[in-house]
Amino acid sequence: MLSLASKKLEGLSKDNAMSSTQTEVGYNTKIEGDVIVTKADAVLNWFRKNSLWPMPMGLACCAIELMAAGASRFDISRFGAEVMRFSPRQSDLMIVAGTVTYKMAMAVRRIYDQMAEPKWVIAMGACASTGGMFRSYSVLQGVDRIIPVNVYVAGCPPRPEALLDALMKMQDQVAKEPLLRTHKVPKPDALAGLHVK
Amino acid sequence: MSETTTKAKELAEKLKAQFGDLLSDIQEFRDEYTLMVQDKTRIAEVCAYAKETLGFDGLTDLSSVDHYGDEPRFSVVYELYGHTHHAYLRLKLQVGEEECEVPTVTGVWRTADWHEREIYDMMGIRFKDHPDLRRIIMWEGYPYFPLRKDFPLEGKETDLPDVAFSRKAPMEGGPFVTSPGKATTTEREPRSRTVETD
Repeated sequence: MLSLASKKLEGLSKDNAMSSTQTEVGYNTKIEGDVIVTKADAVLNWFRKNSLWPMPMGLACCAIELMAAGASRFDISRFGAEVMRFSPRQSDLMIVAGTVTYKMAMAVRRIYDQMAEPKWVIAMGACASTGGMFRSYSVLQGVDRIIPVNVYVAGCPPRPEALLDALMKMQDQVAKEPLLRTHKVPKPDALAGLHVK
Repeated sequence: MSETTTKAKELAEKLKAQFGDLLSDIQEFRDEYTLMVQDKTRIAEVCAYAKETLGFDGLTDLSSVDHYGDEPRFSVVYELYGHTHHAYLRLKLQVGEEECEVPTVTGVWRTADWHEREIYDMMGIRFKDHPDLRRIIMWEGYPYFPLRKDFPLEGKETDLPDVAFSRKAPMEGGPFVTSPGKATTTEREPRSRTVETD
């Protein structure tokens, strides 16, 4: 093991073209030969987290910031999430961006149900997280009353950088998923578990 | 007085001259002219005359007011505008709570369609002969009229399985209102205020 490690370092300094800039000990293909040994969980989660395809549930002003995050300056494509699939069947991350009214709540719930497992949700902005400034008869006080949310983003609207930070936190959550270990994800049943305060 | 104001005054006087006692006297406030229509069943006639003869070809707004506690309870306000002469005119109707029905003006201006649907949805005033009178903001089957003064801001619980549901919003001490004219930000800070505490 030790000899291998020292060979790795030698390889890094002599053969590797980027040796002057490389500071971390990665693996060198010339020595190890395109093979990594890792856990299946880690690999599958790595694939999933670097290609989270969002389903933009853009309902109000936060959708504009979502679009800004998808545009060139705050590129969401860096994280592999530029394919904003508007079809729930083809996406795995629903970003609820905007005020959810009671009239729209049923549609949001139905779209969430149509997404295939594994699926995650980011509640973007104050309105999606808690109802925001709209404490009234027509606004659902937080989308987590009808669907399970993984990451909440504060802001009205949150800056695109805040959304990207939330996406990174989402990636950390995806990376920790115990995939191949048997586990049951408790499914929220349709509206029976409404938080009525 | 500007040109459009003199024109507006002239047109208001013509309308009053045409309909006589059906309309109240012209009320003037800051160069805006208002006429109250005493008999609500003839509103379509008045509007048709205003559009065809006086050139008020645009209905800029159609809204309703709830004077909770006064008799008659509701008013319906028509804001008229003419694109050729650029003059404005306001017509008002009083509608009581029991006989909550007004003839529609969709025959005169097509835009009144959705405005009347909104008034029906939010205030509960029905419109006779409306082509499609149903709720526009809340969902079909919602039992209340939200913009009435006796409907609470946080709403009421309703349940329509497969259509929509609603719950009371947590008020946590009531709507937090600012006092805009005060000098310091401490006084202007949004707080739960009642009419007396200012």
